[in-house]
Amino acid sequence: MDPSGERIGHGGPPSRCLTSAMPNLQLVIESSPHLRTAESIPRIMWTVAGTLAPAAAMGVYLFGPRAVLLILASLLGALLAEVLADRWRLSLWRVPSDGSAFVTGLLLALCLPPGFPLFEAFLGGLVAIAVGKQVFGGLGHNIFNPALVGRAFLQAAFPVEITTWAAPNPSGWRKLGVDALTGATPLAQMKFEHVAPALEKLFIGTTGGSLGETSALALVIGGAVLLALRYIDWRVPLGMIGTVFLFTALLRLINPAAYPDPVSQVFAGGLMLGAWFMATDMVTTPLTSGGRLVFAVGCGVLVVIIRIWGGLPEGVMYSILLMNAVTPLINRYMEPHRFAEAAS
Amino acid sequence: MAAFKGGVHPPETKEFSAHRPISVLHAPKTVVIPLHQHLGAPCKPTVKAREHVALGQLVGEPQGRVSAPVHSSVSGTVKSIEPMSHPSGKRVEALVIEVDAEQPEWPWTQRRAAPTDPQEVLKAISEAGIVGMGGAGFPTHVKLNPPPGKRVDTVILNGCECEPFLTADHRLMVEQAERIAAGMRHIMHAMGVARGVVALEDNKPDAAEKLRNAPWPEGVAVRVLPTRYPQGAEKMLIKACLGRRVPSGGLPMDVGVVVQNVATAAAVADAVEYGTPLIRRVVTLTGPGVQEPGNYLVPIGMTVGDLVEAAGGLREGAGAVIFGGPMMGVAQATMDSPIIKTTSGVVVLMEGQVSADGPMPCLRCGRCVEVCPMGLAPVMLARSAYKERLDLMEKLSILDCIECGCCAFTCPSHRPLVPWIRLGKGLVTAARRRAA
Repeated sequence: MDPSGERIGHGGPPSRCLTSAMPNLQLVIESSPHLRTAESIPRIMWTVAGTLAPAAAMGVYLFGPRAVLLILASLLGALLAEVLADRWRLSLWRVPSDGSAFVTGLLLALCLPPGFPLFEAFLGGLVAIAVGKQVFGGLGHNIFNPALVGRAFLQAAFPVEITTWAAPNPSGWRKLGVDALTGATPLAQMKFEHVAPALEKLFIGTTGGSLGETSALALVIGGAVLLALRYIDWRVPLGMIGTVFLFTALLRLINPAAYPDPVSQVFAGGLMLGAWFMATDMVTTPLTSGGRLVFAVGCGVLVVIIRIWGGLPEGVMYSILLMNAVTPLINRYMEPHRFAEAAS
Repeated sequence: MAAFKGGVHPPETKEFSAHRPISVLHAPKTVVIPLHQHLGAPCKPTVKAREHVALGQLVGEPQGRVSAPVHSSVSGTVKSIEPMSHPSGKRVEALVIEVDAEQPEWPWTQRRAAPTDPQEVLKAISEAGIVGMGGAGFPTHVKLNPPPGKRVDTVILNGCECEPFLTADHRLMVEQAERIAAGMRHIMHAMGVARGVVALEDNKPDAAEKLRNAPWPEGVAVRVLPTRYPQGAEKMLIKACLGRRVPSGGLPMDVGVVVQNVATAAAVADAVEYGTPLIRRVVTLTGPGVQEPGNYLVPIGMTVGDLVEAAGGLREGAGAVIFGGPMMGVAQATMDSPIIKTTSGVVVLMEGQVSADGPMPCLRCGRCVEVCPMGLAPVMLARSAYKERLDLMEKLSILDCIECGCCAFTCPSHRPLVPWIRLGKGLVTAARRRAA
């Protein structure tokens, strides 16, 4: 018996009945409701993948053709793990075609440094799906965002490579490598050198950073589409980004010399990518809108704490992973508001 | 302005039949009249096989307090009394009547003086066998006679017809608004209530127009509500019209309200003014699988097979025959199911619409929680039902679920949430009964 509901009779082909009155008619018997939304998991997943396209394209534009290879390596790892896990369940193509592993692989690539070794990216994709998702039971059962599990693995396994940043160089497009020249992302500059980056650069994305995280513009375009389709709850990006802004603004007010500028904090690093595409993951975030707001604010607070007081310049990954862990707890306490009050 | 939280807006698809005037169908060769067409105890037959019955003759006697009599919808000969197919999917004791070739004139044409005593009104309703015609089938005379201690101050007539496809109430409101108004007068009189609301959705402007000009008794207001499923669910409707919330496990009368379907009101008018028993009703036969969708005045007991045949038959590729609307209706296993007092529509969907791919894993997207009009967490209810966790189900108020189907409609994984929750409700009810 499978928890997907086979016992109820919605698994295989629907039950049918022959009827004496109309010998050619086979009636389908099923439970109400008999209408269903046109929405489906593959549709959602492939749409999310599509909304990541501007950020991916921007990454390729900024960091050259090698970015394509990096994306392919990560995708290959993710899809291979998905197919292998699925093969053991003897349905080779059903699950990979739902698009979720594709989204994971793509997201992982987008939060890796552009010059990251390809084989290690492949390993990251493999771990993201195998350890991040399949060991929990596959789609819908994982606790942590799989792409971030993959990235956390890479951070632990390859600490040097994952902090080696390339400078964006749209003019040097023809060569198949990246210049590992600049040593710092805007966040690192702010944290360790107290240099504030130019805002327009942060917004357009012509700064150092992970493949798909530098361009706030490209990410917001994709995120806006998801919002318009109601695939994500506005509370999450707004809550997370707003919290980061308000928290850092508060610190700045208290001591302008010691703390960075809140606006650059919002546009720098992985906040946009995380807030629009990772903290909004359906599987690993709370069920109710109130719960999602708590989740988002929690993420924002953790981002600031790690960025300002932690040892790392960036904290988006750990903030989301930590809040993923708290999600079951949030679900327990943030229940939907009942229509019917208990009878007195 | 959303009158209640949650809900969905499935394609209305009422255009199939919304502009088809109610037409009368000829009596079929046989009718199958179940002795159980209402909530409560089944009736006992008052006739025997091979006996001749007249049009409107009492054939089933009510048993117990919550029950309603059953009358013959035709003049004919009882062939047998045996368990037959029933829209609920069960087999129910029914009279199989061979219809006389020659049917008498409709005898209830003499208008009589309306009774002044409320008890007389209730008696007329009770004798006519009127039950809630919106689908629930609760005996109307019982509903209109609340137990002492329950004070009802408002009657709501429900003309929302929020289910997609259905237009029977719509046509009734357009064509027979006076009958509905007359029924409302009798209902308010019977209950001694001074205030009434007639509610419908804003997708039926022609019906709203007719209702506004209908001769309502004093104290009645027509309310046009936003179109949103399940606006016509009793609890949502009361909230939208009066701002009152029926408490968990409670009834509308707990907040001083009685809700009646507009078709029930029309039947009440006939019963009180003409003594007409409830032996025919307006049924929407519709859907992409029907040759001639429309609204038909159908004798109770006509099988859906006969009804479909009278309306030109089915289209190639028809896949499911649903009694009621597509959101809450029951898919039939056979074309032998008869139209009963509570059948407001028959929707025939195409094979491709119903035999969708199986469920995908739950993504915990929370959409079911968002759309649940009762403010429940369907995903958790279904899961605890699957695990047979009675404590969890109680804690999550599973019995508050009205089975409107918004959750399963909106689920992107197409998970069968409603059947699981229904199963869980059964487990909880059974456990409570054992404990009591």
